[in-house]
Amino acid sequence: MKLVKFLCAGFLAAGIVLTGPGLTAQATDFIVVQSTTSTQNSGLFDAILPEFEEKTGIDVRVVAVGTGQALKNAANGDGDVLLVHAKPAELTFVADGFGVERLDVMYNDFVIVGPADDPAGIKGMTDAPAAMKQIAGAEAVFASRGDDSGTHKKELALWTEAGIDPADASGTWYRETGSGMGATLNLAAGKGAYTMSDRATWLAFNNKGNLAILAEGDDRLFNQYGIILVNPDRHPSVKAGLGQKFIDWLTGPDGQKAIASFKIGGEQLFFPNARGSTTN
Amino acid sequence: MQDFAHSFVLAGNLILQADAALVEIVGLSLQVTATALVVSAAIGLPLGAILAIARFPGRMVLVVLSNALMGLPPVVVGLTVYMLLSNAGPLGVLGLLYTPTAMVIAQSILITPIIIALTRQVIADLHQDYSDTFRSMVVPGHTAVAALLWDARYSLMTVLLAGFGRAIAEVGAVMIVGGNINHVTRVMTTAIALETSKGELALALALGIVLLLIAFAVNGSVALLRGAERSLVRV
Repeated sequence: MKLVKFLCAGFLAAGIVLTGPGLTAQATDFIVVQSTTSTQNSGLFDAILPEFEEKTGIDVRVVAVGTGQALKNAANGDGDVLLVHAKPAELTFVADGFGVERLDVMYNDFVIVGPADDPAGIKGMTDAPAAMKQIAGAEAVFASRGDDSGTHKKELALWTEAGIDPADASGTWYRETGSGMGATLNLAAGKGAYTMSDRATWLAFNNKGNLAILAEGDDRLFNQYGIILVNPDRHPSVKAGLGQKFIDWLTGPDGQKAIASFKIGGEQLFFPNARGSTTN
Repeated sequence: MQDFAHSFVLAGNLILQADAALVEIVGLSLQVTATALVVSAAIGLPLGAILAIARFPGRMVLVVLSNALMGLPPVVVGLTVYMLLSNAGPLGVLGLLYTPTAMVIAQSILITPIIIALTRQVIADLHQDYSDTFRSMVVPGHTAVAALLWDARYSLMTVLLAGFGRAIAEVGAVMIVGGNINHVTRVMTTAIALETSKGELALALALGIVLLLIAFAVNGSVALLRGAERSLVRV
């Protein structure tokens, strides 16, 4: 009997701790947005979400993971809205019935960064696949995300265009970190490696060390972000109404303006390009 | 590396100014881990004690199992809990994913084996001294369990601290099931991971220093409590 009492007391105590403020405060309306690390690490969400939350009273809860994981989580119904940057994968997501519709939101571009002394000699190049071919030729260390993220997918597409299969070199000059952009930049800074980053994360990143932008300006480095409402027919738990409100705001004039006004050190990180938007 | 000095200054500033974001994150860390510890203790202490004194077939298997599960990788626990709580999973209807409750569940799973295994060892050692007395007085099993748990309470305090330390320090599980959502599921370890990925290494280390100080404070107060009770007993 003592054991039973002991167990009861334990669960009672657990109940008391559980009912503390942090664990149960869920009174407000909220949506879960599955998004990518670049939007969080750059500080974009911290900058623009308060305006939306104040206007609508809807709390936006951002889960920032790689695009691959975000797509998977959203396909499981663990989120109401998806905001990522891998258009082919996004279109497949919608075609498979997991999402309602895909809309453009904003864009920026990728840059190839590397050690300032540039052992592969790519500085100033504007042909991204050619620059990567040169890195491979010099067998200079290249840090790849290796995590099926939007950035990783883009990097692999560039390798294909360069006619190189870096998988053969994995573990030698080609290092797959299997982690986020920030962690990969930390590794590149520590090892003096080349890597490809979205410009937003790069600009906001505060441990650049000896790294510098070496190649940029190729059209193929274009980085488009899209937003999708997770299909409520597939997952009834999806808060379609609230999610749609957020999508309407972000792709509407107010949201687009908020995106455009987000700057770090005077530089704009994301360029709104939702159709029908009035700001650029 | 002046980063280290910078981190200590930052940590000092964060604490002295009682930075609102920091207070919230520290509060949630303590709340989640304390809850997980209470749950794990409620399950682990009696189970560990029973494993120590009861004799039944399969007991050794359970002992080995609980010892082995002390090495559960947090990401595996996180992934498993995610798959259970996901809307596509069997418990999705509960709507617990990305809530502190999900983090409590993950941490409880992570540290319950530690509490069971260490409790079993502590109680088994004590039981060797007590078994003759119990036998001569014909003490029923549940009374013996209770008596042993009570008499071993100081050693068990250390067992609980081990569980607390493991839970508050892990990042892999709470990152997956909590999602590191600002103001909702962001705790010390996920905040450290986030600042590291932003390249804010000094701030990340400062948060790490704060986390260490919390661990010191918790262990220190337990030591004080223990000392106070012992001196009371002596009087």
